[in-house]
Amino acid sequence: MDVRDDVYEYSLDNHHGETEGKKIRTLFLKVLAVLSLITIVEVAMGMMWSRDESMRAVLKYSFILMTLVKAGGITWYFMHMGDEKKTFQYVVIVPFFVMIGYLIFIALTEATYLGTIRPSVENYLGF
Amino acid sequence: MASHAVHHTAPSHSDHSANPWGGGTSPFKISYGKMMMWFFLLSDAFTFSGLLTAYGFMRHKYEDIWPTAGDVFTHFPFYSGHIELAYVAFMTFILIASSVTMVLAVEAGHRMDRKKVQLWMVWTIVGGLIFVGSQAWEWYHFIHGTPQGAYLLADGVTVMRHKIDPHTHVLEEGAFLVPANDRSGFVEVAGAEAAKLKETATHIHGANLKHNEYGIPLFANFFFFITGFHGFHVFSGVIINFLIFLGVVNGTYEKRGHYEMVEKSGLYWHFVDLVWVFVFTFFYLL
Repeated sequence: MDVRDDVYEYSLDNHHGETEGKKIRTLFLKVLAVLSLITIVEVAMGMMWSRDESMRAVLKYSFILMTLVKAGGITWYFMHMGDEKKTFQYVVIVPFFVMIGYLIFIALTEATYLGTIRPSVENYLGF
Repeated sequence: MASHAVHHTAPSHSDHSANPWGGGTSPFKISYGKMMMWFFLLSDAFTFSGLLTAYGFMRHKYEDIWPTAGDVFTHFPFYSGHIELAYVAFMTFILIASSVTMVLAVEAGHRMDRKKVQLWMVWTIVGGLIFVGSQAWEWYHFIHGTPQGAYLLADGVTVMRHKIDPHTHVLEEGAFLVPANDRSGFVEVAGAEAAKLKETATHIHGANLKHNEYGIPLFANFFFFITGFHGFHVFSGVIINFLIFLGVVNGTYEKRGHYEMVEKSGLYWHFVDLVWVFVFTFFYLL
């Protein structure tokens, strides 16, 4: 096979031996353990408090926080984002948070307002 | 893992290392294919975020009458009772586990261990199929609904539901719930009032794009669209993984000297898991 010398055919020379492989596999199992544990905690919290109005805000924010931790774990370790160059990490992550952060903010603000002026349930499909 | 040396195929370019943006070298030190896979995933992340934000928009607008997922998804295979969230938690675990088997295939590729790459890819594909099957199973139950159903009132939109005890999931005899006019949630109706409402109502079971036994039709619309779009991603992921698996079996990547194709399909597969983490939280938990 021809190897071009002006591009990276294979970016990370990730070839490694058995000793290093073992360390990496242990890390993946640890990440799996943490992700599973968070999921179990989430489901348990949901089962216990999902109908308790006083716990609503606590549940909401702790679920969102735990979800972001899980998403971070998947991106950083499973998708190897942690191994990429810092410039590349910024190229992918910054546009996402800037745009989606704004979208979430404006959508939820507007929706909450529309909810307060909604005429009544009869025409609740008229949005 | 950060200690891996970057492999550059052109030693003559090493003099560019002083200025990585000066041309002749890749400043991100990442291959074209992998970089483009990341950019595709970024655009796909925008799509899913758009969908989930639209869902959040409608949910906030109809916060008072939005159904509780715990009331809707209570089925568990081979068990006639109700356990809320248990099966979705199982599905989530399956997807996370298949993400781990995928990353183990990638790791085996870094050691050029073809046998192990094959093995872990097979497990990943199996996990993906279990997940897609589970989703089909859940759609089936959502579409068919409960034997007792609900009543679609004469306005064609409002649903009168049987009242369920949230802890035991047993129906409360003769008690129904309808959305309150003052946006304060649901009000209970029973006896003559309920009988009068039933006269002009249609008895419905389950959910489709027009009506939804469990409450507001938008809940079903978003559920079908978002889990369907995600399920389609899982399905494509299984197909892609299978094709890459064939490449592994045929020795294509062994000849090439590296298993980067497994890494690229792995990125896509992890992304599918990543999206599910959010769908799980916003559809089922909250």
